[in-house]
Amino acid sequence: MDWSAFALSLELAGWTALLLGPIGILAGRALAWHRFRGQALVEALLALPLVLPPTVLGFYLLLAFGASSPFERWYQWLTGRPLVFTFSGLVLASLIINLPFAIQPMQRAFEAISTDVRDAAACCGMRPWRIFTRVELPLAWPGIASALVLTFAHTLGEFGVVLMVGGNIPGETRTIAVAIYDRVQAFDDHGAGVMSATLLGISLVAILMVYATTGWRVRRL
Amino acid sequence: MRLPPLVIALLLTALPVGATDVPNIAAASDLQLVLPEIASAFTRDTGAAVKLVFGSSGNFRRQIAEGAPFELFLSADEGYVRALYDEGKARDEGVLYAVGRIAVVSSIDSLLVPDAALDHLASALAAGQVKRFAIANPDHAPYGRAAQQALTHAGLWDAVKPKLVLGENVAQAAQFATSGSAQGGIISYAHALALAMRTRVRYALIPAEWHAPLRQRMVLMKNAGTTAHAFYRYLQGDFARAVLARHGFAMPAP
Repeated sequence: MDWSAFALSLELAGWTALLLGPIGILAGRALAWHRFRGQALVEALLALPLVLPPTVLGFYLLLAFGASSPFERWYQWLTGRPLVFTFSGLVLASLIINLPFAIQPMQRAFEAISTDVRDAAACCGMRPWRIFTRVELPLAWPGIASALVLTFAHTLGEFGVVLMVGGNIPGETRTIAVAIYDRVQAFDDHGAGVMSATLLGISLVAILMVYATTGWRVRRL
Repeated sequence: MRLPPLVIALLLTALPVGATDVPNIAAASDLQLVLPEIASAFTRDTGAAVKLVFGSSGNFRRQIAEGAPFELFLSADEGYVRALYDEGKARDEGVLYAVGRIAVVSSIDSLLVPDAALDHLASALAAGQVKRFAIANPDHAPYGRAAQQALTHAGLWDAVKPKLVLGENVAQAAQFATSGSAQGGIISYAHALALAMRTRVRYALIPAEWHAPLRQRMVLMKNAGTTAHAFYRYLQGDFARAVLARHGFAMPAP
């Protein structure tokens, strides 16, 4: 069992869920309630990671992270650190891959809140921020929670992009999924088996959690 | 339910066409820039075609053991071929078709200048100029193992270890080492030569005594058909040997 890879995966999943929380809430809410020109295109772009193979994103990230790329130079100038072969680079990749997993369930959750409820709150003199925190968030919470759990679990399972841009550095970019692949390649079936079973258990619990929270929402509405 | 004609047409084209014998050939990734040339010459000379699949030798060895439909396996490591023979998957113990060499490479823009004795790598490491150094994963990639042996021989393994980025196979290590993402790396000589020709890459051949020889063995599987047999013979012929030699492989005695 490669504990450092396991911890790294948990850390990556945690950061991804944490950062995508506010992004997903804002984007999901905006997409649910506002209609604007080009909305279909925006939603299609956000859904792209669901259908594209990880290799497509991996390829573009390799270009973006290359030493001569303007993006990498800008990032190095800003932070003094490179993105390629670093944990930060993986977090960035993971954020992009998980956009649909975070935004779509949250958008559905906000769509399910009827305009009457919000109008009623506004009529009662509640300020927008208060409506957001006291009415919208509690109502959308099951959708938000399931989106975050899904994002977390999906990040644990991410493999293709990490393999392409990570460089397999222990403690920096070697995730559990890559470690399992390595163990299989090295004919260490025992090591691969232990790690696979662990990941299987965690993923099952995560999906059960998603089902539990979404089931709760259905009963409440 | 009626299928639209287009769907029917697509389904028909997806069906296997007749009994054409186009065998799947599994080849180690270090052959990626070499084997297509030999395969197209084979097709030109004989009219028969082969399908080349590149990947890590360890992965192929495992897939073939599980019944993957490869008729010929060109491994970068003869141990895998022996194992398949012992398990009764391979027709015989196969033949040695090439001996691989390794080279240290870097992009022209890199501060690291490749030299055969790795002296410059040592000083660049000491000067902190090497942030990332790419090799194939020594756990399962033969070229990664050779790179580790060479670095150990040069007394640099401990210094370079924290800087390592590991390619899943030698082709990915080559991509890491030369794309500017890492300052350099140790990859197959075949990749180094090919990359130096088409991109801004410098290289130096590492002495053969610094690592265990990369004895590359190929073997026919028990299910191999006539085309696979013909390609196997073709790979041992003068033309194939000349192409392999031109791409930086040492040749075993015929």
